[in-house]
Amino acid sequence: MAIFIQQLLNALQLGGIYALIALGYTMVYGVLKLINFAHGDIFMAGAFIGFFLATYLKLPFVATLLGSMVLTALLGVTVERVAYRPLREAGAPRMSLVITALGVGLFLENFTRATVGAEPRNFPRLLETAAWDLGGVALTSLQFLIIGTALALMLALRYLVRHTLVGKAMRAVADNPEILGLMGVNVDRIIIFTFVLGSTLAAAGGILYAQAYPVLDPYMGIVVGWKAFIAAVVGGIGLIDGAMLGGVILGSTEVFVAAYLPSTYRDGIAFAILILVLLLRPTGLLGRPVVKKV
Amino acid sequence: MPLLEVEGLAVDYGAIRAVRDVSLTVEEGELVALVGANGAGKTTTLRAISRLVPVAAGSIRLGGRDLTRLRPHEVTTLGIAHVPEGRGIFPSLTVMENLELATWLRRKDQEGLRRDFDRVFSLFPRLWDRRHQVASTLSGGEQQMLALARALLTRGRVLLLDEPSMGLAPVLVKEIFSILRELNRQGTTILLVEQNAHMALGIAHRGYVLEAGTVVLSGPGPELARSHRVKEAYLGR
Repeated sequence: MAIFIQQLLNALQLGGIYALIALGYTMVYGVLKLINFAHGDIFMAGAFIGFFLATYLKLPFVATLLGSMVLTALLGVTVERVAYRPLREAGAPRMSLVITALGVGLFLENFTRATVGAEPRNFPRLLETAAWDLGGVALTSLQFLIIGTALALMLALRYLVRHTLVGKAMRAVADNPEILGLMGVNVDRIIIFTFVLGSTLAAAGGILYAQAYPVLDPYMGIVVGWKAFIAAVVGGIGLIDGAMLGGVILGSTEVFVAAYLPSTYRDGIAFAILILVLLLRPTGLLGRPVVKKV
Repeated sequence: MPLLEVEGLAVDYGAIRAVRDVSLTVEEGELVALVGANGAGKTTTLRAISRLVPVAAGSIRLGGRDLTRLRPHEVTTLGIAHVPEGRGIFPSLTVMENLELATWLRRKDQEGLRRDFDRVFSLFPRLWDRRHQVASTLSGGEQQMLALARALLTRGRVLLLDEPSMGLAPVLVKEIFSILRELNRQGTTILLVEQNAHMALGIAHRGYVLEAGTVVLSGPGPELARSHRVKEAYLGR
């Protein structure tokens, strides 16, 4: 039982990070119906930006976290402005946007490799780690912090999307952007804001990830990005709660598979879950079934 | 000076010129009807005014200000309130959330908003009963009321209404029309597009008849309603 609870904590830690990244996929999909395949690389960029802030400016944890969130948001907004918006304004087919997103991802990976180098970097430990013994279960302060930060950010986002006017505007873009313009809302600004939120959470995910698994390389965003994307789809893409649920499910699967089965099965099983969930519930666990209107 | 002034408007849809030459004016406090057959260019004219489609030629002025180069949210800021064809509510948001979004431009004016919400809910009591309901669950008539209420909350200087009677039972059409007449009596300026030419011209001060993207006839509402040309235009010949 103690081992199980121990693994559950590990699962929540990994799942929280996946969820933070999955939220970016789901929010951009919600407003633009675009799967932003560059998002995993935004997560990578967030981790690297944090690495530079912590290594060269010797910033402490909180400053590194916030600094990376701000700079990564800037990167996300730049990507939207330079790569996606011109296509949207030209009325390009959705497929072109998705291909562009893939291109942006490859660009970010290769640009990072060219400038920072391909050899893995060690993210400095920014936190003193204490461990508490809770009746046979070891809770580290790092684990507590990662789970706590992820949870706090997710709850803040959830509140924002549900209860603030700008959150309502984000949901309205998904329904009908043209009409939102008629309400006097500058729709481009809402879209920019969505990218800011998504990139900010990806950066937070990057920093938390780097504290738990402190080896960075330019391609780290690929697999983590795919898994976060799976999490978003499993939960029901476009849904905030879905991204959170999917993140936790995916994190748990990985941790428990690695704990009780040979760890090489880990990713295979994670991807099998995606296929299985979609076969049973094509719109994801929390997604409403598709109703065809005649 | 008219409040809204459209001059020589032309709009293209791809290679097709949907609106060829539309000129019309709406004075402050007027209710003006724009009628014509299906495909005559009524909806396109409204969409050009609120800048949802590009203008190929001509000018659109609100209170003397040229709108032709602006974007939809800027036009709304200047005072155009457009209730589009098919109502354009946000189906996944609640009634209250739909209404709140219409207050985007004046969200700091708490005092004025409270008064306007009171007015809207006394005008449409059913929206109050259903305020927590998701908008897609409303009936057609209720959706039309929601769209109207939302347009009122933006506090536009001109209300553009596109086929408010579409898809509604006759009883509801009557109710909507009497609300429009009442709104106009209270001072709201309205440009009303309708296929139901007879009813629209019946409550309008003035009317314009559109045929194949061109204004072919204009005059006082009740007079137009009796004209032969209107019956022809309405039936599309």
